[in-house]
Amino acid sequence: MTIALYRIDDRLVHGQVVIGWGQPLKAGFIVLVDDAVRASPWEQEIYRMGVPAGVELISASVAEAISRLPEWEADPRVGIVVAGDVATLAALTENCHVVKRINVGGVHHRPGRSERLRFVYLSDAEAEQLKQLAARGIEVVAQDVPTAPAVPLAEFT
Amino acid sequence: MSKPLRGVIVSHVGVADALVAAVRSIAGIEDALVPVSNEGCDREMLFRNLAAAVGDSSAVLFIDLPGGSCLASAATYAHGKPELAVVTGVNLAMLLDFVFHRDLPPAEAARHAAAAGNRAIRALES
Repeated sequence: MTIALYRIDDRLVHGQVVIGWGQPLKAGFIVLVDDAVRASPWEQEIYRMGVPAGVELISASVAEAISRLPEWEADPRVGIVVAGDVATLAALTENCHVVKRINVGGVHHRPGRSERLRFVYLSDAEAEQLKQLAARGIEVVAQDVPTAPAVPLAEFT
Repeated sequence: MSKPLRGVIVSHVGVADALVAAVRSIAGIEDALVPVSNEGCDREMLFRNLAAAVGDSSAVLFIDLPGGSCLASAATYAHGKPELAVVTGVNLAMLLDFVFHRDLPPAEAARHAAAAGNRAIRALES
């Protein structure tokens, strides 16, 4: 099996990930890549509460995720990898060719970002970083839930 | 006498607004509950909106789902604050219980409301 979804979502593991994507994909594990959450067992437990029985939630730092990606890609279960921002997911693709498609699922408003789609706000630097990923052959689309159309990168940057 | 507890409902989209309106309609109580929606919010913005809704009150935070962004923000905000308590799986029955028990300590009001909410969940035989 393989990682079925590499997602950028600043809400991390929440309903759209667990239910919207996890159910139709029949995900067996979800990797939450976030240094702050990885450092807090208590926060990990909060996120674990939202994951159904039978689905493993793996908390990983960025460094751990980079080294464990091949292991997760080889896992017989279907997996989802979630990171909270563009930079984190971009870091996972460095020196690694397993990430073929990135789903921009939810990046909300902050100072310096402008609206690109209803659920995607990006700074110019973040938009440029996504374009650089695309230039390396990674397909980048925006799609909050599977039933919505996947919006190609060129249409929101 | 201390200030009555505030109830802060944290939900997806418009659920919290609708619950506040329903409690107002049924109980006629105007000022006990404050809605907070996660719509358009990342975790930081939701955290700030939650802090504004709680203010300097003691409060019970009612969350729609037992997981996800609403719970993550609320639980993080309430962590280590004995003047706050968190209940998940909010429903109308638990809110109607809460607005009449706002004189209890937060943890006790939370338990009382959760019990009322649980009692309201039935699968009826047809």
